[in-house]
Order: sequence, then structure tokens, then C-alpha cells
Amino acid sequence: MTATRNACKLCTPLGAAWAFKGVAGAVSLLHGSQGCSTYIRRYMISHFREPMDIASSNFTEETAVFGGKSNLHTALDNLESQYHPSLIAVATTCLAETIGEDMPRILREYQEGRTSRGLSPLPLIWVSTAAYRGTHADGFQASLRAMVSQLCTATEPRDRINLFPGMVSPEDLRYLKSLCRGFGLDPVILPDYSRTLDGGPWKDWTAIPPGGTGLHIIRQAGGSTASLEFTGIYTGSQTPAGWLEENLQVPRKVMPMPLGLELSDRLTAELENLSGLEAPDWIEDERDRLADAYADAHKYLQGRKAMVYGEEDLALSLSLFLREIGITPVLVATGGQKGRLESAMEANWPGYTTQGVKVVSEVDFMDMEETALGLTPNIILGHSKGYKLAKTLKVPLLRLGFPVHDRFGGARIPHIGYRGTLNLLDRIVNTLLEEEQSMNPVGYTYFG
Amino acid sequence: MNALLTGRQNQVLVNGEETKNLNCEKPSLAGSVSQRACVFCGSRVVLYPIADAVHLVHGPVGCAAYTWDIRGALSSGPELHRLSFSTDLQEKDVVFGGEKKLELVLEELIPHYKPEAVFVYSTCIVGLIGDDVGAVCKKFSNKYGIPVLPVHSEGFKGSKKDGYKAAGDALMKLIGTGDISDIGPLSINILGEFNLAGETWILREYYRKMGLEVVAVLTGDGRVADIRRAHGAKLNLVQCSGSMTSLAKQMEEKFHQPFIRVSYFGIEDMAQALYDVARQFPDHPEVMAKAQLLVKEELNHLLPALENIRQELKGKKAAIYVGGAFKSFSLVKALRHLGVQTVLVGSQTGNREDYRQLQELCDPGTVIVDDSNPAELAHYLLKMKADMFIGGVKERPLAYKLGLGFVDHNHERKIPLAGFQGMLEFAREVQKTVLSPVWKVTRPRIKGDTP
Repeated sequence: MTATRNACKLCTPLGAAWAFKGVAGAVSLLHGSQGCSTYIRRYMISHFREPMDIASSNFTEETAVFGGKSNLHTALDNLESQYHPSLIAVATTCLAETIGEDMPRILREYQEGRTSRGLSPLPLIWVSTAAYRGTHADGFQASLRAMVSQLCTATEPRDRINLFPGMVSPEDLRYLKSLCRGFGLDPVILPDYSRTLDGGPWKDWTAIPPGGTGLHIIRQAGGSTASLEFTGIYTGSQTPAGWLEENLQVPRKVMPMPLGLELSDRLTAELENLSGLEAPDWIEDERDRLADAYADAHKYLQGRKAMVYGEEDLALSLSLFLREIGITPVLVATGGQKGRLESAMEANWPGYTTQGVKVVSEVDFMDMEETALGLTPNIILGHSKGYKLAKTLKVPLLRLGFPVHDRFGGARIPHIGYRGTLNLLDRIVNTLLEEEQSMNPVGYTYFG
Repeated sequence: MNALLTGRQNQVLVNGEETKNLNCEKPSLAGSVSQRACVFCGSRVVLYPIADAVHLVHGPVGCAAYTWDIRGALSSGPELHRLSFSTDLQEKDVVFGGEKKLELVLEELIPHYKPEAVFVYSTCIVGLIGDDVGAVCKKFSNKYGIPVLPVHSEGFKGSKKDGYKAAGDALMKLIGTGDISDIGPLSINILGEFNLAGETWILREYYRKMGLEVVAVLTGDGRVADIRRAHGAKLNLVQCSGSMTSLAKQMEEKFHQPFIRVSYFGIEDMAQALYDVARQFPDHPEVMAKAQLLVKEELNHLLPALENIRQELKGKKAAIYVGGAFKSFSLVKALRHLGVQTVLVGSQTGNREDYRQLQELCDPGTVIVDDSNPAELAHYLLKMKADMFIGGVKERPLAYKLGLGFVDHNHERKIPLAGFQGMLEFAREVQKTVLSPVWKVTRPRIKGDTP
């Protein structure tokens, strides 16, 4: 159908607001209608259960006719006086893009106005996020790229790496940091919302939650020895690591989101390579526990069928993980742009189409429902919005990724590395066992 | 801390200490993190519960995605309203116009889902690229013989209230098109009631017991055929005044239907609502007698149950921040009944008269705010030493971060809070959150503090 029914994607400004949560002291400002900010805040709060302050330049009819410059200038002043941010990150919306706002000029004039008012310039970045151009995942990438391209300049070399993990959970970020520490690395992580989107209680009103990568650290990213980026979807010209390589000659190392044993091994190898150190014992132990669990679990998994949906990078890595454990991802779906997931799959799993794997993109949940009929998956892996689909197909849904609106602890789901993979493996096996136990009239009390 | 932005001083007052009128009903200040939404949001929430219509959001995907299955509005039959339909406009549509895609989508959806009506919501950019949504709707109305109604809800063209009005305008095109020959004299419409967690069903039962015929509910558990007949009812009851007063006025003008304002939250307001309705049928004294009996029976059941909770809650302090001001009146009273004092109260869209009434109702010292933001709310929550906060999902993390209880009184709630039964549920919600032991231990630890 041409109609989008129960979309499997969100709009680009959401990705921007999410990415900007990973910078210390940053606040995002959407240049558009009030509703954009409010809806996105509301949507993200239900997943992260954290305050999510996103300002709006609050377009009116006059703004739409005469341009949003004065609203945006007022908004920047107000935001500064109330939040004292170290950075204001402006993301456009459909509305601002459609009326053709000249953002560089508007922001330059704002800074000039500050100078004439005797004020120092406000650290500002902006990103173009028209909702009619791409998905939230695209908005997330574009925002990171905008961040490094507007903040990073040639700087003295430092013995440090950059890490661009993509859309992972705060728990994943914390795990990545501990992995890096295991190799003596203290990377520039962008974005790092491990605390801002999963933080503690407050003593007092806290305008901007603590955490995030400091602005001065990001500014030094051009001097790092290398960038490590997790994506199998975006090419160098679209990503922050790509920009740093093209413009500041920081070598870009790229691999799919490390999910599954092979990709986690590849991450270990990359980190060994980048640090010049061998993996410490605790990481080897984690690796061995995962390998051991694969052996213990394989009889419950072999020959099973799964359906996977979500952002392309997550869908890709989940599929590769499922292949490893003997589950066929019979349907891999995304709301993202046609062709990207298909070619990434072919690159990482040559000939996947001949092995009972169907990849579909630019689809919504109703398309998926229609396509899934007859494929009889045993389990569905994806975020909460597939609940209706899972209910219709009568197949258990294992919730992961974003958003998790109908379960608790979305921010703390581990997905990546040995630890994240082991968590997913346990959950997959248990979901299948639960199903089997409840279907079985005998009601076995031992499954192993 | 700089709690109040310049330009917002006249949107906050301390009751009894300041005599100024709140400077309400104005657009949110640019750059403040307003808890408000947009015109589209206003239209979408009002029409959302109409369960046998297709709700098609004409625009890029976000507006439809964020409103998919968002309200807790239940249906006793069809559930088309729980699906999210979008034209998902792409760049080429923005350049060349979205009418063609809109036509393609309607051509698919109408035969496939066979809805009783279609609402086509215009989002921001539709207003800019100049799609003639009205003409497309008319064409499909004629082709398929069902109402295909444009909702002029471009996000930037005003506030949420303007969205309510746009929804009302769309409803007015339905009302008056059905057969009303079999509607009796003891008949009512329920306006501004959205069947959150089945609240409409509770109220329908009350009115049934009073011998009244409910012709249409706008829009809880809504059906297009009922709405078409709404002009046949003798009286309109308007709850959630912000969203439905303008529609009630239009109906009064066009169909000579009188309306009264009611609230179904809290014991006093619920009982008052039933008596006020009964009073509108003076030639049928049995309606009042039945209302009195109903209230008596309900209270016999409710009051003992509330008493225990009241004992536990006595002396606690509450803050309220909700969409419409009218609801806050009832909440202040309901809390008072539970022995809970309201120390902060505000709304997104209250008008001058609302705030005047609120000042009359609240204790001296209560802080009253219009179109507030997280910084301000947090400031007053702490300053006024509130024990709990009543609001929507956006306010929840603020309460929890500051170590306060929280009750969801927004349109996404899953627990019925209307009616006498709802009062008990409300009391239990307040009790559950205020008396939770977690608040004793969640305060941040002070470093180096040894036991």
C-alpha cells in the first residue's frame, strides 16, 4: 500500500534530540511548532523514564510567513538564561525546512547580535532534520556528523581514539566504556548518554542532567589516532567518523554493531589493535561464557525461525547473530530507506536470500503483518511497537531496542558485546522454552 | 536559580497575596520548554476515540507515529482508531504537492477498511505547500458516499485550543445528518468525555439509571452514526470545557440545544453534575428522584472506603498541572476531600475566568501557574514542599527525580478516575504513590555520610 499504516520508523528530529543528549551540558532546540518538541519528549520519556527537556522556537502563523529568525533568536536567549547550557543544538523540522530557513545565516546573525550586545558567542550547532527526508536513525547520524563537522578542527594529535557506537542503550554505552578501560583506552564517545538518559535522583532542580561527553573533548576528536564506528549501513560520507577521516585525516575503522560472538570478537580484535594490548582475562572469561552458552543452548534454537524489525543497523546485527545460533531470520524488516539494509545484508551474509531470509525495507507494521503470514516465525525480536503484530500472529515478542514503552527498564537492556549477546541469548532461549512449556500438556519441569 | 523567564512573570501568582489577573491564553514563549503541544494535537485528542472512522494524518510520518494508540480511549466495538494512518509525505511530495499521494492513500484505505467516515488531519507543511485537502475530501466523499472530513489542524496555526475548534468544525459537518425521529424527550449528549479506561461506560450507566437516553458521546466510544444524530438530544453536557465549549455553542446556535458544564471528577462535582442534569428536566421530577437515589447508593458504598484512605493522607500536599483548567477545579476539591491540600495548581490552556475561579477555590498561598515549564514547576514543587504531583507523562520524571509521588491524570491513563467509582480509584492512586516507602530511601546519598 502507498498508505503508511502503523509506521516502523520515527521522524528525523527525534534522532537529533536523542543524539544531543550525549553531549555534556547540551540542550536541544527544535526549530518548528510546539508539538514537535512535546511529542518527542513524551515519546522518549516513556522509554527512558528520564526528564527530556527539548525546547521549541514555537512557530506561529506569522513565523511561517515571515520566517523564524526572531523566534529562534528569542528562543536561544531564553534557553540560555534558564538552562545555562554549554551547547545549544538546533534541529530543524519539516516546517522550518519547507519555508526554506537559512540556518547558517540566522545563527550567524544571532552571534553577531550577541557581540553587539557585549556578550560572548553562544556555543551553537545546528542540523537539518526535515521529517520528510529519512528516519530517526538518519536524523541521529546526521546530528553526529553535524556535531563533529561544526565543532572539530585541526588539533594537536592525542593518543586517544574516537568511538561512535550508534543507537545503543545507555547500558550498552556503560559496557563499552568498561570494555575500553579493559584495554587502557579512554575514547571520545559520541554520543554518550549513559548517564543523561539513565540517571539518579536529584537533590535539587537540575536543568541539565549530569553526564555526556564534554564539549572540549569533542573538539579534540580531530586529533585522535583513529575512529571506530559501528554501522553496516551508513557510508563514510554520511557519518561523523567519515567526516573526521575526510577532513582531519583520522582513520575510520568501521564494523557492524557488535552483536553475536563473531562481531564481538571482531570488536575485541579492533580494541587490541587500537590499544596494542591483549584483552584482559575478564573479557576472555565473558567471551568463554558466551561461547559455552551457545553450546548449551543450541538444541533449543536450531531450526527455529525469527522475525526481526527496527533500525537498519540493529536489524542487520541481530540477523547475523541469529544466523550464528541456528535461527533463521525469515523476515528482516525496517522502515528505513529501500536498498540499504538489503546491500548491507549481502555484504555481511552473501547469498542470504537463498537461505530462507527475506529482507524488506520502507515497510510499516501492516506490511509486515501481511508479509509474515505463512512464514510462521517462532519468535519476534524488536521494539514495543510490534506488540499488535505479535498479538495478531500469536508469536512471542522479545522487546529490545527503542522504544520499549510497554515493559520496564528499556534504558538498561544490554544488546552488544559478549555481555549483551549473552543477555539476548538467555532471553531468546527462555522465551522459546516458556512457549514450549505452556503449550505442552505434560508440563515438563526439566528442560535441560 | 532563575525560575521565571522574563516575559512569564505575569503567568504565575500566589493566591491571596497577589491580585493580578494571570496573563493567559497567549502563545508559549519561544525557547521555554512548554508542556503544551500544537493545533494538530488538540484535534487529534478530541477526534481520536471515534472508533469506526479512519484517522488519516496527512503529512510526514512523525505526527502519526507519535499519536499511534496514544490515548487510553476504549471502544466497545470497532477499533479502527487504534491504527495509525499517515500519508508519510516525502521530499518530492513537498516539492510537487501532496494531493496526489493523499488521493492514492484514500483510494486504498476506504475500500479496505470500509470506515463510516474518514478524518484527514492537515499537519504543518500541508498548510504551506498549499494542498487543497478540502477538494480531495469532497471528491472521495462523493465517490464512496461516506463523510471524508478535512481537519484543519496545521500545527503552527495557533494553540492546542485552536485544534479543539478545528475538531469541532469537523464534527459539526457530521452532526445534523442523521435521523432523529425516534429520539425521546429525556435525551442528552455527553461532550468532552473520551472513555479513558472505560469512563464513558460508568457515566452512561448513571444516566441510564436516571432514565435518560444518551444519544451521542463526543467522542468516547464514539460512532459516526451516533454523532450524526447528536442534534436530536434535548441537552448537551459539556465536560473538559476547553475542548468542547465551542462545539456546544455552535450546536446551541444551529440546533437550539442548550448546554451545561459538568465535571465527573470527585464526589461533589459528580453528584452536582447529576443533579444539574436532572434539574434541566423539571417536568420529569422522577429524574431527580432517581439521581438522588443513585448518589445515595453510591455514597453509602464509597464513603466508608474513602475514610481509611483519608486518615492515611491527612496533611499531605499536592501539586496539579493539567491540560485544561476545568479539570483542576475538580481535582482541588477531590484532594480536599481526601485531606490533601493543593499547594500548586496550573494548566496549559486555562482562560482568565478559569483562573479567577481557581483563585476563589484554592487556599491562600497556593501558587497558580499558566503554561508552565519544567524549571518553574520544579522550583515550586520544592518550594511548596509538595508530597505528590498530578499531571501527565511529561511531568512524571520531574516528580520522581525530586522524590515526589505522581498520579497520571492525563488522557493516556489506564485507570478510570471519573464517577464515584473513579473517586475511589483516584484515592487509591494517591495513596499508593504518596505512602510508598521508596521515597524514604531514594534521596541522593550524601557522600561521606556515615551511619
